[in-house]
Amino acid sequence: MPKRNDIETILIIGSGPIVIGQACEFDYSGTQAVKALREEGFRVVLVNSNPATIMTDPELAHRTYIEPLVPEIVAQVIAAERPQALLPTLGGQTALNLAVELAEMGVLDQYQVELIGAKLPAIHKAENRELFKQAMLKIGLKLPRSDTVHSLEEAWKLVGTVEYPAIIRPSFTLGGTGGNVATNEKEYEEYCKWGLQESPKHEILIEQSVIGWKEFELEVMRDLKNNVVIICSIENLDPMGVHTGDSVTIAPAQTLTDKEYQIMRDAALAIIREIGVDTGGSNIQFAVNPGDGEMMVIEMNPRVSRSSALASKATGFPIAKIAAKLAVGYTLDEIQNDITRETPASFEPTIDYVVTKVPRFAFEKFPGAEDKLTTQMKSVGEVMAIGRTFKESLQKALRSLEIDSYGLEERIKHNGRKPSPAALKKLRENLRTPHSRRLWSIADAFRAGLRLEEIFQLSRVDPWFLQSIREIVESEQELKGVFKKSRNLDPAALRAAKQLGFSDRRLAVLAGVSEKEVRQARKTAGIEAVFKRVDTCAAEFEAHTPYLYSTYEREDEARPTDRQKIVILGGGPNRIGQGIEFDYCCVHASLALSEDGWETIMVNCNPETVSTDYDTSDRLYFEPLTLENVLDIVREEKPFGVIVQFGGQTPLKLAVPLAEAGVPILGTSPEAIDRAEDRQLFAELLCKLNLRQPENGAARSVAEAEAVAERIGYPVLVRPSYVLGGRAMMIVHDRRSFRHFAREAFKVSSDHPILIDRFLRDAVEVDVDCVADGTRAVIGGIMEHIEEAGVHSGDSACALPPYSLSEEVVAEITRQTKAMALELKVKGLINAQYAVKDGVVYVLEVNPRASRTVPFVSKAIGRPLAKIAARVMAGKSLAELGFIEELKPEYFSVKEAVFPFVKFPNVDVLLGPEMRSTGEVMGIDPVFERAYAKSQLAAGTRLPASGLAFISVKDSDKAAAAGIALNLHRLGFKIVATKGTAKYLESGGLLVSTVRKVKEGSPHIVDMIRSGEIAVVINTTAGSQSISDSFSIRRSALLMNLPYFTTIPGALAGVEAIAHLRRRGLSVKPLQEYYQTKP
Amino acid sequence: MKKKDKAVLALADGTVLEGYAFGARGISFGEVVFHTGMTGYQEILTDPSYRGQIVTMTYTQIGNTGINAEDAESRSVWLSGFVVKEYMARPSNFRSEMTLDQYLREHRVIGIEGLDTRFLTRHLRDQGAMTGVLSTEDLDPQNLVAKAQAAPTLIGRDLAKEVTCEKPYEFYEGLWELGQGHPQPEKPPRFRVAALDFGIKTNILRGLSSRGIAAMVLPAKTPAEEILALNPDGLFLSNGPGDPEPVSYAIAAVRKIVKMKPELPIFGICLGHQILGLAFGCKTLKLKFGHHGANHPVMDLATREVAITSQNHGFAVPEDFFKKEGQAFELTHLNLNDQTVEGMRHRELPIFSVQYHPEASPGPHDAVSRFDRFLDLLEER
Repeated sequence: MPKRNDIETILIIGSGPIVIGQACEFDYSGTQAVKALREEGFRVVLVNSNPATIMTDPELAHRTYIEPLVPEIVAQVIAAERPQALLPTLGGQTALNLAVELAEMGVLDQYQVELIGAKLPAIHKAENRELFKQAMLKIGLKLPRSDTVHSLEEAWKLVGTVEYPAIIRPSFTLGGTGGNVATNEKEYEEYCKWGLQESPKHEILIEQSVIGWKEFELEVMRDLKNNVVIICSIENLDPMGVHTGDSVTIAPAQTLTDKEYQIMRDAALAIIREIGVDTGGSNIQFAVNPGDGEMMVIEMNPRVSRSSALASKATGFPIAKIAAKLAVGYTLDEIQNDITRETPASFEPTIDYVVTKVPRFAFEKFPGAEDKLTTQMKSVGEVMAIGRTFKESLQKALRSLEIDSYGLEERIKHNGRKPSPAALKKLRENLRTPHSRRLWSIADAFRAGLRLEEIFQLSRVDPWFLQSIREIVESEQELKGVFKKSRNLDPAALRAAKQLGFSDRRLAVLAGVSEKEVRQARKTAGIEAVFKRVDTCAAEFEAHTPYLYSTYEREDEARPTDRQKIVILGGGPNRIGQGIEFDYCCVHASLALSEDGWETIMVNCNPETVSTDYDTSDRLYFEPLTLENVLDIVREEKPFGVIVQFGGQTPLKLAVPLAEAGVPILGTSPEAIDRAEDRQLFAELLCKLNLRQPENGAARSVAEAEAVAERIGYPVLVRPSYVLGGRAMMIVHDRRSFRHFAREAFKVSSDHPILIDRFLRDAVEVDVDCVADGTRAVIGGIMEHIEEAGVHSGDSACALPPYSLSEEVVAEITRQTKAMALELKVKGLINAQYAVKDGVVYVLEVNPRASRTVPFVSKAIGRPLAKIAARVMAGKSLAELGFIEELKPEYFSVKEAVFPFVKFPNVDVLLGPEMRSTGEVMGIDPVFERAYAKSQLAAGTRLPASGLAFISVKDSDKAAAAGIALNLHRLGFKIVATKGTAKYLESGGLLVSTVRKVKEGSPHIVDMIRSGEIAVVINTTAGSQSISDSFSIRRSALLMNLPYFTTIPGALAGVEAIAHLRRRGLSVKPLQEYYQTKP
Repeated sequence: MKKKDKAVLALADGTVLEGYAFGARGISFGEVVFHTGMTGYQEILTDPSYRGQIVTMTYTQIGNTGINAEDAESRSVWLSGFVVKEYMARPSNFRSEMTLDQYLREHRVIGIEGLDTRFLTRHLRDQGAMTGVLSTEDLDPQNLVAKAQAAPTLIGRDLAKEVTCEKPYEFYEGLWELGQGHPQPEKPPRFRVAALDFGIKTNILRGLSSRGIAAMVLPAKTPAEEILALNPDGLFLSNGPGDPEPVSYAIAAVRKIVKMKPELPIFGICLGHQILGLAFGCKTLKLKFGHHGANHPVMDLATREVAITSQNHGFAVPEDFFKKEGQAFELTHLNLNDQTVEGMRHRELPIFSVQYHPEASPGPHDAVSRFDRFLDLLEER
């Protein structure tokens, strides 16, 4: 069937901000879809609130709306653009839910928009637990016994019949939010309550537990002619009970015979046909009883998913791109396989390597959160590694994680002695309860002499995987022995070890030598990595796409070209502080350099990203971002230079060692980077330029630190050096708590000193991104933070252009940024952070590299900063690029951060110097307050137009709070406050009702929030006692999805936004129109 | 890193790969081919069509699920050698009864692991399938290459006679079901067909049984008269190893049967399909490296539907066979990867055949409807 010609315009909805369970994989899928549909001649309209995406680049879709992903806003886009079709299956659960809402609201009918890919009944059948169950029973498939309930009362009725452990699964949520495993009645009640609350339809499924069963996934595609193919089978190393997003997963499935696999395949075909997903990809999950092979269907996603991104990268079959083409009428056999160029897409990829995905967690960021893996996803990112065997790919994946692990290191040290009974007990417990370090626990268990059978019984990890881990551990013991005997690192042992996937760094530890020595020994013996191609077909046909991975075998298939080339190092796994923004920069660098005629080579290990799409760069190396692996690639490719400044901290850390190894680093020199990062050198630089920074000092001991703090005077900001995202950074107000935090900072800082700065209370923080070519510096954007200094810049909302700073201050900040950029001879990007207090500008920090805000600034000003910077690094001047003066847009862009607090019970939502947001959204409007309102809406906060406002603030904020209260009162809000705040507000003549604090007993403020009486919460607090007293207020506001402000500037902006919203609703406008009106 | 016995695979073109031995020890030769399926090594080992071949698995971890009693496609292991990247010595599957290593030892088949199977595959893809020698005894590369060069190729060899049954037997047994094994079909057979065994896979017989078709499995050399004397409802021509041309006795038998009893429904699979072609005057050709895998897209030219099929053949019916003036056969199925012939049917007589394996095992079940087609022909008669 050829493509449809009754459609002209197609609307694609993105997935919004990065949150746990929904990350940049949907930028990858959406970008592929937009490109594919554009190629086919369709007019593509895109809506997404996330500026740090490639899909929202203005040249990609015909019309790009960076607007909140809520039905009334998307309805406005539909009204303005009149698409004939809406493709809802590429923007994750967000897009799917939104499409359902638009359909149910009648918007799609009203504007005659057809859902393509999946129709409404199919979506309902797959997403509604009860309908899905009926559908599965109809085609003779088994599901775990389950009951759907819509209220706590209904849940209680089941109590007698529920078998524990029971799984609670809310409907229509992503990443299993609200999901849990109840092991007793008390938990059952608690988890049902939470699950009902989390489900947008107040619906949960109470499911017979298949915990401990094996978990599998199939990625399935179907076309309009009912042809179905399986793209990839995935086996989870973790048993049922651990969310698949948190599981270590392996492709292809390892422990099924062909007979058993075909049962699953037949089931998958029957399911996608019965559910009626018209076209495109679906993900189906199965549980298999390891004892007798009994199979049950767990769930189906009628859309592309995180697993489809993984499957695409694992096989080379671009699911989202093909899904988009199928949605417009093509059949699988009409689409060509890009990689072989001679065979069609109507086949099932077969692979000749093993792919291992390992999730990346961030429990250290959320004190109070338990490191325990359950049915609700908690990981913030993932890595994928390709090796010829599972052992090799597992070890490659571990060193890709960026957790300072280079293999299965001993976590329990026992120096050859038998572990103590207490240690063994702990170890067994660690095997029984899944947690983020379970792979290392398994390795330790083998070292401690536990038998494989026992480890299986405790962990329910299939013996096949355990056996491979055991072989790695046993090899380590043997290697230690061999290395002890031969001082020259026996070449045969070395080669065998490399084939098992051992890193040079791990071998160095085992041999008791340096990593460099291992590398030298390897080179001397001629043991070098070779590169193999990912080709969808296990070499049956020639691969035309250089999508490569390293291994240690006979034949090298890299076949480097003799073109002039540049290697771009990617950002590795997503984690808090380092996310999609850096991938965006890397992709832009690649695109720009490619346009300029360079051959571009991407290195990255994050399967969710656009950078690891084999279409993005000329060549893709799917490899860990370690010194060893990068040096291997450089040896193979001999590039003109390597770019390290776009991928965030991960590649930046490699700059110096790479330079030392003689690798040409493009752009700003490693010395200049050092000059900005080393506090002493930096202080000298500022002194030379006559710039000011807050008083500060470094310390190597707690006593020394105390002395520094005394000299500077409290409050102070304490932080470890060389960390990302403000890890363990704290504002300390008094001597009493200082020691504690100083100690914490030393823990994280390892060998480095900790830093102590004077904290500028109530200062305005400013972020600046700038491009320089060595002789000229041009400001990309100046962003004024909405929250005061002290809140991590990644967690703070900010506005571009500044909304309250005076022209003088802006001019001064511009001057200072340029002075530093030129002094550091920056070639490329530089980010500077300032605090402004009483009109005085203080330099807080300077980073001569791409920052998290580059995509936001680029979208706000309509110029691609990362592309400009990449071209500068490759030798062009800013003058040649025509970027010689600052742009000041005539509209406001506001960035707001998005947090994962809802996933971590018992975690406080207060903002501080440690970054905890996972993603960001952007609101654009000519009026600042409206742009702010959009950013709030996009971040999931609906500002109320009226109702009851709760105010409880710390003493120093009371004056400001009075102004806010007055404004709210004028807008028709009623005010309720805790005693102290109420008294203060009443003294100003305001009518305020009083509510009890929680510790004063019921009925108290949390009762009011829970019962839905409160419309907005304003709660600032200081001091550990009052912070813990008010914890439940913020937590319940979060769970009730209320707007809550924990800072005065945030509350001010919020109230102003409410005032504007009451005057006139929000309207939409595409980026392309904003850019036309720019000066 | 345990001490393992060395093994060497030498190809006739001088390429030599070293690895480690598993399974039986010794020396053997065969045509070296690669199989791209990721599951189903037990079915491959027991498929008689691999007689005379050394099979390389492109998937790298082999042995994972051990060996069980249910998944064998015949009574023995027929191939000459088994080549894998990594042999997994500790299987994990609830049905596993022994390791792959034990199984190969039992059937005296040599395995080799630890070599660059992707290099080998690419080499065979570019240079074509070729003869190789696999040895755990003589490890001298030059000797082995010389032996490989001296060994016979598949062309012109009648391998069917080596794998066919010695005596006729009746077969009526259901398809495999989880927890059930191979249960007897509930209903008695409605039809009884003669199945010429050139190396038949048992799952073909089960596919027939599950549709109420019992089979009298006959040795390959059974003459036409004897077959017809059994008064079968239909004739099935099985899969089998190697070159179809030397199986001249069967080609002649088919020709005679069609002449004597043109209304008899005939269904051929793989070698059976080629023999049918030869019986009707085509010349088969040898493919460069054959089709051995479970992911080949085949289009049914009548419905334009695409099935993902299991395949295993090195020879084929050429497409120009159908271009001849007045050709009695029409092309019904096409391989979308390389546009080779995958199925045909007689324009007038109830005769059809497919090159791929609708019985799967290993591989997808997409094409099982071919058995229904045979059933239809039996019913129409």
